[in-house]
Amino acid sequence: MYRFDKARLDLAREFKANPFGEHSPDLQYLLNILRAPRPGPFHVLLIDRAGERWTLAMMEPGKPPQRTNMVFTDLAEAEWHIFRERWSAHAGEECPVT
Amino acid sequence: MKRVMGYCDRWSAGPGETVRFKVSCIDTDAYDVRIVRLKQPEAGPLATPFAPEPVDAACNGPHTGRHQPIPIGGAAAVAAHPAIPTSGSFTLCGWLYPTTPDKGRQAIMGTWCEATQSGFGLEIGADGALALRMGGAPALSTGVPLLARRWCFIAAVHDAAAGTVTLYQEPRADHDFHPADPVLVHGTARHQAPSQPFTFAAWSAGATDDPSPWGGLRFSHHFNGRIDSPRLAAAALERAGIAMLATTPLAAPLAQTLVAAWDFSIGIPTETITDLGPHRLHGAIINLPTRAMRGHNWDGSETNWTHAPHQYGAIHFHDTDLVDACWAEDFSFTIPDGLRSGIYAAHLTTPDADHWVPFFVVPPRGTARSKTAFLASTATYTVYLNNRGRFLSTLTERYQGRATVMDHIDALLVEFPEMGISTYDRHSDGSGVSYSSRHRPLQNFRPTGRHWNFNLDLFIIDWLEKLGGDYDVITEEDLHKHGQDLLAPYQVILTGSHPEYDSKDMLDAFEIYLRRGGRLMYMGGNGFYWRIAHHPTRDGVIEVRRAEGGVRAWDTEPGEAFHSFTGEYGGLWRRNMRAPQRLVGVGFISQGFDKCSYYRRTADASDHRAAWMFADIPDGLIGNFGILQGGAAGLEIDAADCALGTPAHALVVARSENHSNTYELVAEEVLIPHGATDAVINPDIHADITFFETGHGGAVFSTGSIAYAGSLAWNGFDNNLFQLTTNVLTRFRDPAPFPEPGAGLSSPGQHGGKTP
Repeated sequence: MYRFDKARLDLAREFKANPFGEHSPDLQYLLNILRAPRPGPFHVLLIDRAGERWTLAMMEPGKPPQRTNMVFTDLAEAEWHIFRERWSAHAGEECPVT
Repeated sequence: MKRVMGYCDRWSAGPGETVRFKVSCIDTDAYDVRIVRLKQPEAGPLATPFAPEPVDAACNGPHTGRHQPIPIGGAAAVAAHPAIPTSGSFTLCGWLYPTTPDKGRQAIMGTWCEATQSGFGLEIGADGALALRMGGAPALSTGVPLLARRWCFIAAVHDAAAGTVTLYQEPRADHDFHPADPVLVHGTARHQAPSQPFTFAAWSAGATDDPSPWGGLRFSHHFNGRIDSPRLAAAALERAGIAMLATTPLAAPLAQTLVAAWDFSIGIPTETITDLGPHRLHGAIINLPTRAMRGHNWDGSETNWTHAPHQYGAIHFHDTDLVDACWAEDFSFTIPDGLRSGIYAAHLTTPDADHWVPFFVVPPRGTARSKTAFLASTATYTVYLNNRGRFLSTLTERYQGRATVMDHIDALLVEFPEMGISTYDRHSDGSGVSYSSRHRPLQNFRPTGRHWNFNLDLFIIDWLEKLGGDYDVITEEDLHKHGQDLLAPYQVILTGSHPEYDSKDMLDAFEIYLRRGGRLMYMGGNGFYWRIAHHPTRDGVIEVRRAEGGVRAWDTEPGEAFHSFTGEYGGLWRRNMRAPQRLVGVGFISQGFDKCSYYRRTADASDHRAAWMFADIPDGLIGNFGILQGGAAGLEIDAADCALGTPAHALVVARSENHSNTYELVAEEVLIPHGATDAVINPDIHADITFFETGHGGAVFSTGSIAYAGSLAWNGFDNNLFQLTTNVLTRFRDPAPFPEPGAGLSSPGQHGGKTP
């Protein structure tokens, strides 16, 4: 059974380099864990300007999204930010890959 | 936040025809209207600038608005009738299949009016148990919660002379070993009420000036679940009499007391419920609860309701049923003579927000103004309307491979669930949604927001505008009604990016059109996939039964694969021997939403039958760019497959490669799970640009990818995909016939089938 392993920083680096597209099998396993449905708020990106700017928000099913102060002009950067937040939640500490 | 939302009564309108708009405001009583022609989607700095074209219209300008609630929730109702007891004895019985018995009070059936606290009726109480409400007395409850998704025989008997009531709650054993003890309780009560409607699955909440789905009434306490074979007698029956009422209501011993014996298996395609009793207390269903549902007596001997309707006597009601918001009209727009065919919208704005209400201006009926028609995928738009599932959890992100993106109009759907849901969703009780209607405010039918269906199709319009704008717009809704006659005037038909849903009449029309020499450019992916049925009388209402296989958000329950509107078997066209490969050479093979890829030319591209497509296109990858996730091949993609009907002479002129892990084989291709199902390892996953001749000079060109349209405008339309597609359109517009398919036309064989 594949489990989250905070020592696998190679996977964080791989994701940062290529958040979209083909992933190694282990990174795909990790993403399936990080993206598993669970109770509570989850990340969404609010379109501020189509194709140009997005604001990170947290949303609970049935409730309007709550904006954060994180604004992105690149969806890859937004994905990396979300990845790090989820990594931290699983690891109990900040993701050392920046 | 001052917000506005709206919808219109028709999507297709020709000169002289009027589109009527219904609008609701939130936290404001003012909004502005602007009628515009849409020539491209809003797609950011890499795309053609979003510039809706103003249209002169009397309705343009400021309007006074008001809030119009949406009366969501399924029910059925029978008008008040003197035969329905208002004070005397009665027996009320039927079969119940609750799906959310623990959600709180839910009406089952009776004359109970919540506003006046009068009448009588069976309901599920706050504790989940069967209860009887009568007059002003406290409800009598069995005190034993009903079990979810299990049939239970229920009855209430009132002896007016004795002032007694008796409740029966008798679970039915269902080939398993759940506890199923019957419950019998007695109490005392009397009732006295004016004659009032008899309702099922909701209580009248009194008269209203707000939009009402039936009788000028509001409804409340909607029930989730099924009701089957409801009966009403004007006498206090003993248990044996109740059994007779339930099973043989027209038997002679009940002749003097029977009030009504509703049989929901009659008129399944209709919105009428039928009473077999002496007074013919027929009624109406409200908000299209689901019919052709297994009844309490379904035994698996028959799965087609048309063969055994008596086993399909249940209606499944949901508090999320909605067929029409019933809003009053606020303004209208009559299509002027001479207004060019195209895609238009009423743009509603407040200082804080906006809302789009698109519609399609078609050429004068029975005419064509161009050799080319863009066929708007209105069936697919309808089926997807108000897709809420996208916003419920990270599950969407898991299969899409990226975070969910949304905007303030998407948020409307989250904040106002009464806008209803799509056939990609489940009802609040977990049941799949079979029906979708466009008669309600819509969140995902607009030129802005996430690119999917309607606004993604605007990339095709963008391209046609770049070529000079010589095209008509027609709709699938009209195609279903008028068939081949709608297509016949055109040399070329262009589909949208995702024409996924078709009725038999629609497929027949395509086939006849092609056999008569028509040319079809299938401009998308995952087309011609699901079978649908159109409502027999309401335009813009479509049914989908998600039977057997297919990539789907839910699947039909046992014995419920046949459409209620038509009796036709639902599910994939592939399961109906009309796989999309038969019509357009390719069919759905995979989907993924993280990154799009490119095509590589094949040997077939050099075949003299196809080489003209590549005129002025240097060698190299095709579509390795795009506004939609960086490539032309992606989102949902199609492959050729001779085993499923790709013609032997078809040419696969380009094939995509290098798709990511999120691209998984479609479910119908994975009979035995084996793990080698994503595009990184499975060679069957690719999009095929395919061409073949159809006889009498006709031909088909298929792109095999939803993302394809998003690459047309790349680099200011200066790209090889634009050139390829334009070459095809130019040739397809040329009346010179294509060669007849036959012995002389063979394929070099790029598409012999999937990897063993």
